[in-house]
Amino acid sequence: MAKEQSTEQIDPSMPDWSAYRGVLIVVEQREGIAKKVSWQLLGEGKKLAAKLEAPLMALVLGENVAHLAEEAVHYGADRVYLCEAPELRDYRTRPYSRVCLKLIEDAKPEIVLFGATATGRDLAGAIATHLPTGLTADTTQLDVEPHPSRLLLASRPAFSEKMMATILCKQYRPQMATARAGVFQALPKDAARQGEIVRIEATMREEEIDAQVLEFLRETGKLNLEECEIIVAGGRGLGGPDAFGLLAELADALGGVVGASRAAVDAGWISHEHQVGQTGATVRPKLYFAIGISGAVQHTVGMSNADVVVAINRDENAPIFQFAHYGLVGDLFKIVPAITAEFKKRRTLFGIQPPSDKDSLSAAPTESESTATRERSEAK
Amino acid sequence: MLHIVVCIKQVPDSREIRIDPKNNTLIRQGVPSIVNFYDMHGLEEALRIKDEQGARITVVTMGPPPAEKGLKECISLGADDAVLVTDRGFAGADTLATSYVVARTIRKIAETWGHVDIVFCGKQTLDGDTGQVGPGVACRLDLEQLTYVNKVEKVDEENRKVRVHRLLEDGIEVVETSMPVLITALKELNKVRRASLPGMIRAARYKPTVWTTADFPDLERAKIGLKGSPTIVAKTWVPEVKAVKTKMITYDSPEAAAAQLADQLLTKDMQTLLDWA
Repeated sequence: MAKEQSTEQIDPSMPDWSAYRGVLIVVEQREGIAKKVSWQLLGEGKKLAAKLEAPLMALVLGENVAHLAEEAVHYGADRVYLCEAPELRDYRTRPYSRVCLKLIEDAKPEIVLFGATATGRDLAGAIATHLPTGLTADTTQLDVEPHPSRLLLASRPAFSEKMMATILCKQYRPQMATARAGVFQALPKDAARQGEIVRIEATMREEEIDAQVLEFLRETGKLNLEECEIIVAGGRGLGGPDAFGLLAELADALGGVVGASRAAVDAGWISHEHQVGQTGATVRPKLYFAIGISGAVQHTVGMSNADVVVAINRDENAPIFQFAHYGLVGDLFKIVPAITAEFKKRRTLFGIQPPSDKDSLSAAPTESESTATRERSEAK
Repeated sequence: MLHIVVCIKQVPDSREIRIDPKNNTLIRQGVPSIVNFYDMHGLEEALRIKDEQGARITVVTMGPPPAEKGLKECISLGADDAVLVTDRGFAGADTLATSYVVARTIRKIAETWGHVDIVFCGKQTLDGDTGQVGPGVACRLDLEQLTYVNKVEKVDEENRKVRVHRLLEDGIEVVETSMPVLITALKELNKVRRASLPGMIRAARYKPTVWTTADFPDLERAKIGLKGSPTIVAKTWVPEVKAVKTKMITYDSPEAAAAQLADQLLTKDMQTLLDWA
């Protein structure tokens, strides 16, 4: 299977792409607030651009988003293209792709990256077809070959995360990819950093746009695991939905949220929005508790970027310990409440009240039949 | 009457694929083929629209001849017609080349059976996992695209409007646009029905329309199959476990374990993280 093709030599029959230089990040925002993945991509894009000795560019588009152009500079962009127009207030495929296509034509970046969000994938899919060029979805590793090949090595999980595949686009420019949130690291924000901001015009009038966003129903209670700093996750070892109550208490004491492995979600113990790993969230928290989670690759691909991992498992040979900085072998029903109590005690010693916002989590499973279970039975 | 095209793909159930630990290759043997389940939710939505206001449903797949099985499954559920687009020349297509052929096929379907109003695709496939073919087809046919749809609120045939809910990371977006439109389906869209006995009988007798490259005289050869695919897989590998230095905490009582862990964590930067200081 592991057939390898040399990417070292440059084919003389290859089209001349020397006019295409630099890395472009398309910044995603809603109501003037950027998605974290955009700054993470700038962090990664900086490395690629340095290796290519080319500029790092960003495209900010929307309505009243000039502050994001400044922010993009603070996060590493050398040049930011800013497109502000009332037509761009809500994301809609046509006006957004029109601006992107025009900019790609004018600025000629050799690499264009988008967040692998619903919006990023919607937009990238349309643009890549239009150009046309190759688009690699959902990448988790990016690298470039230096001059002269300047190829983007876009790697992504394949076959349900069981393998990784590196995908190249040799014959077309720009090389495009969407990249998962939480995988790459943003640079520290440097407010003193200077960069060029270039205003560009929107290219579509409202009369030409058919799609209308009538309403946006923000899900305030919605768990956004990708943005959480502390996650207390449980798996099959919990034995049932009730133990998630214990995890919720620990999460509460720490000011974190509850996560879960696919096994727990499939069993219907907790809803899919808590799932970390394959078909769930890729997370990058400061602290991750893996409780009763054996550590299958489908889970670990989603959590191995955590700064500190604490694993609690009855089985001392569980693979999760290979990912853990701290391991405890034993009965989670005894250990977890003890940890909760200990952290509450320490908190009192610091003279701090427990966090008051309880809406950050609700671990109690609400559905008797999980979506993932449904998925499975239907697939068969 | 509305004409709805549903794009489906017969895929190996990638969740059943395992890695041979000896040589790091995929074990495909005995892996069942299924219709990509997101596509089935697209079909179900088309069937609902048919139930409620009447519609003609044509199902299409590009793939090798055994993909006919998936088309018959759709017929058994209530689709009216099915088209299999099959040719060795299509092999090795990435999303760009696939969207080219699928878009041409939909155009031909419109020429054969009448104007197409709605195209349903799954949000993504289980094997390719990219979610790019839907937007690609919409772009090539110059259709409005509504991706990640978890509810079709209204299909207004008279005013040629469609209103849907799109499930995004931070909430639900209600969007209205005009037909023709391409919609990509999430599993939250509906619950897929079971085939009826008459449906199964019809499917058993049904012969899908088969089109090959010969049926598309103006198809550009440079845009199909491997040749028409800008992306190439250069390398595959099984990711290695990231080595982490693990400190196992040994203890006499759970309380002692908890105290040790707290000591360890709180000496790190965790204190500021926990906002306690």
